[in-house]
Amino acid sequence: MSTQAEPAGAPPPAEAERTGRHRAPLSAGARQERRLGWLLCAPAVIVMLAVTAYPIGYAVYLSLQRYDLRFPAQAEFVGLSNYGAVLTSEFWWDAFWVTLFITVVSVAIELVLGMGLALVMHRTIFWRGTVRTSVLVPYGIVTVVAAFSWQYAWTPDLGYLAELLPSGDAPLTEMWSALWLIILAEVWKTTPFMALLLLAGLALVPEETLKAAMVDGATPWQRFTKVMVPLMKPAILVALLFRTLDAFRIFDNIYVLTGGAQNTGSVSILGYDNLFTALNLGIGSAISVLIFICVGIIAFTFVKLFGAAAPGAEVK
Amino acid sequence: MAAVGKTHATRWGVLNVVVVLYALFPVWWIAALSFKDPSTLTDGDYIPREWTWENYRGIFDTSEFTRALVNSIGIALISTVIAVALGTMAAYAVARLRFPGKKVLIGMSLLIAMFPPISLVSPLFNIERIIGIFDTWIGLIIPYMTFSLPLAIYTLSAFFREIPWDLEKAAKVDGATPAQAFRMVIVPLAAPGVFTTAILVFIFCWNDFLFAISLTSTEAARTVPAAIAFFTGSSQFQQPTGSIAAAAVVITIPIILFVLFFQRRIVAGLTSGAVKG
Repeated sequence: MSTQAEPAGAPPPAEAERTGRHRAPLSAGARQERRLGWLLCAPAVIVMLAVTAYPIGYAVYLSLQRYDLRFPAQAEFVGLSNYGAVLTSEFWWDAFWVTLFITVVSVAIELVLGMGLALVMHRTIFWRGTVRTSVLVPYGIVTVVAAFSWQYAWTPDLGYLAELLPSGDAPLTEMWSALWLIILAEVWKTTPFMALLLLAGLALVPEETLKAAMVDGATPWQRFTKVMVPLMKPAILVALLFRTLDAFRIFDNIYVLTGGAQNTGSVSILGYDNLFTALNLGIGSAISVLIFICVGIIAFTFVKLFGAAAPGAEVK
Repeated sequence: MAAVGKTHATRWGVLNVVVVLYALFPVWWIAALSFKDPSTLTDGDYIPREWTWENYRGIFDTSEFTRALVNSIGIALISTVIAVALGTMAAYAVARLRFPGKKVLIGMSLLIAMFPPISLVSPLFNIERIIGIFDTWIGLIIPYMTFSLPLAIYTLSAFFREIPWDLEKAAKVDGATPAQAFRMVIVPLAAPGVFTTAILVFIFCWNDFLFAISLTSTEAARTVPAAIAFFTGSSQFQQPTGSIAAAAVVITIPIILFVLFFQRRIVAGLTSGAVKG
């Protein structure tokens, strides 16, 4: 395939000749390149559209129906009443605030811890490989596996962490302690990812600039806040954007740790329950669409307000 | 190095140990759990007093687990191959060709990377039931390859941008046919990036839980993470803790192997795709 495609900047001699002759808006080579480009992207684009755009459209359609899988015969168009039902329900708002709380707190902790971790990985003078390797374990491990590990650790009469608590305490059965444990599991699992993104940002900070700041008498803290952080801003914003959206979609950890009991369910848990426990496709779809809108708002805020350069924006 | 001083070295040493412990402790704990026999399962020790393979023997005796393992491996591998193939084509175009619509493609992949999977669960559940691919391999491969495509496109196009494509021309000047130039120059240069991407995509598919529990209903397509969540004890008086721990360890092994052997590449892949765009 590479035989027909030459870098745009430097057309091969044969094509340059042709380009010289036609002063048409597009040279044959450019047109060919364009066609090849579309051709190569087409399969990926078709798959992505078919599997996301079409279903989300279908979800919007379903969300306007009364559609209970136990009574499929009673399906009918009900307009926005599913949305009304969801938005006036305390279950939605409880789940929404829980999700928001988990998102904000865990991303904030991850940013601080991740920065520390990135600095250790960047600066450490020995064992660098070992540290990076072990840090990748939480990133790669199956979330459900990690969640079970935490769940057993906190289960009374079974786990090492529960043993540290006064006997009789079952932290996973109370709302606030359970929420903090969910956050702990989330932070453990995803801080390495945050740290790796920040590490890539750290690598872009020139050593000379730091040396110059040191010569000028800047304290380590000043060097960090005045030199490193501003230079790392794009990396920080991308890491925050990715992690915020990811945290908002939290599902696996909660499903295993509490199953959403004691008001610890996220919006994703709520959507899942409505679909598979209540078998209500209409309400479930309305929740799906609302979550989609929430995620859209978060992404838009990051990109517009903070100017998070989305990856790909820098593409020439 | 001597100038660095002993205290400095000690401080880094302590920090490193803290980081390694932080990362590995929960993994060690569930591994320890998987080697305990039922009588000591609840002792809360970090090291089993009596080592036993009983839990592993137990899960490999049930089709509930072995079937799930086959499903997991098959579905993740097929999704990876498709996603990497489609991603390679698109990434090549993004990295090397000039064509209108490139920005749209990149924006679209970004949107999909941010897409909340739960939003797709209800429509996909219904669509798959209607067309009859609910609870099949295909039914899971479709969402997996879609959601891993953005990852594949980003990572691959970042790698492809670094390839010195001029070498291909040089090879042709030296008398290589286009096919030879591609096979002997470009493929070896591109292979590490493609391979790294494949690992990342595989981890992504291997990890999924939401689609796995929503789009399956029997052993036919249920993957290990979903199967674990449905484990019941081998008898009704027994908690499935030991089996879950053992199954958890089994599906962690490939991840540990990837991380051990390809640490450098995984780090490069994760960061190049996300930061340099």
